[in-house]
Amino acid sequence: MLNMFFRGPLQLGIAQAAVTALAAMIVVLLARSRNIHLESDLALALLRGAVQIVAVGSILGILLRSPRWTGGLLLAAMILAAGTISRRRAKGLPAAFEISTYAIACGAGSVIAVMTLLGVIDTAITSLIPIGSMLIANAMNTNGLTLNRFRADVIAHTGEIETALALGAAPKQSVAPYSEASFEASLIPAIDSLRSLGIVWIPGVMAGMLLSGASPFYAAIYQFVVVAMIFTASGLTSLVSTLLIQTHAFTPAEQLVIRPGLAIQ
Amino acid sequence: MIAPGEASHNDVILATEHLSRVVGGVTLVNDVSVEIHTRELVAVVGPSGSGKSSFLRLLNRLDEPTSGTVTFEGLDYRLIPPRELRRKIGMVTQRAYLFPGSVADNISFGPRQRGEEMPPDEIDGLLVHVGLPGFSDRNVANLSGGEAQRVSLARALANSPTVLLLDEPTSALDQEAKIGIESLIEKIVQQSQLTCVLVTHDFEQASRVADRVMVFQAGRVLRVGSATEVLHA
Repeated sequence: MLNMFFRGPLQLGIAQAAVTALAAMIVVLLARSRNIHLESDLALALLRGAVQIVAVGSILGILLRSPRWTGGLLLAAMILAAGTISRRRAKGLPAAFEISTYAIACGAGSVIAVMTLLGVIDTAITSLIPIGSMLIANAMNTNGLTLNRFRADVIAHTGEIETALALGAAPKQSVAPYSEASFEASLIPAIDSLRSLGIVWIPGVMAGMLLSGASPFYAAIYQFVVVAMIFTASGLTSLVSTLLIQTHAFTPAEQLVIRPGLAIQ
Repeated sequence: MIAPGEASHNDVILATEHLSRVVGGVTLVNDVSVEIHTRELVAVVGPSGSGKSSFLRLLNRLDEPTSGTVTFEGLDYRLIPPRELRRKIGMVTQRAYLFPGSVADNISFGPRQRGEEMPPDEIDGLLVHVGLPGFSDRNVANLSGGEAQRVSLARALANSPTVLLLDEPTSALDQEAKIGIESLIEKIVQQSQLTCVLVTHDFEQASRVADRVMVFQAGRVLRVGSATEVLHA
């Protein structure tokens, strides 16, 4: 109906944004009738979200006209940003930024590189950046979950770990149950995404491809491809992350450094 | 056990030289220089927070000294690979910290770390030694506190250590279990010719079992000597 009144894509987009913002405001009014006040939160969130996404859209608009090699640079910057964000989930862990960045670079970076070389991901920036960012974002979440779980488990089982060390176990052996548990736990979202694909949710890539007129069959296949790549990138990230944190959790003299109430040395 | 003063300087197995540990500006162990002789049972006593356990953790290098060092069998222990050092200087803590699985799995843990499979008769022999015959296949989840601590002792002994560090091994047990573990420790030290460092806050326990007693206060050794000399000084 809106396209009867707004012909240009920009006007149509603004009109669609206005309609959805209005729908959100109706929800706020309904909440207000039950004495739940979301007005200021929603106003700020709507404004912030709109500004952020328009800014990203503008940057993408410029990048889409840039040469293909800039895609690699942008992805590298995204990996660094992901390492910084992921570090926050691993507060207190030694070398959290280095571990996060290496793990995401190895996990997401290698999948992007191999799949681009194989032709699964198109080298055009319009394909490389959205798909690459999805892999990096998921690898970042997985890395955060891995490190967070590892830290919590190690702190909860310091006695068991130091008992194993005192019996002559290698550091990696002493934390093996906890690195395995953190690896498994971190992959639950990726596994559930694969398992529920098409039944519980039709994810963004497929929705976008359908909206832009692609064949539903190809859109479905490609969505599977993306989710499978996300799983691979997440799994690799978690593997690298657990390997690296195992090393950094101990001093060269094989003493545990992640301990409750003890400053990281 | 040996009589107080019987050991000579020649059979020093473990010695600390100006050993200190400072964490976050707090001095846990302060310039401790002591010698421990072969087959001696030394009790380390003192109030809570006096640095007894921190001192013990430095002896098997679970923690790193901030300054000073430890010599084991005449060698600076920083020259010994940590795993080899910890196999020779065994440790039993206040809580047993048994690993999930059977008693046999726990006892064979140490040898398994260096690729050695412990024969079942050796496991059974150790279990007899600690007063738990026939416990090999029991799940550790079903053990009492005293039984768990006995398994923990057997697990440490399975590495054939020359020194055994005991960190308040009876403080989490009831009186009956405590007396049982205490006499077991005395028996093991005598039979296995082990050197033993026992951390305890229980002065009476120290006077019952120890050849020598070290009194810790604020991270320092206040007094060292026979139980009678030190505890009635």
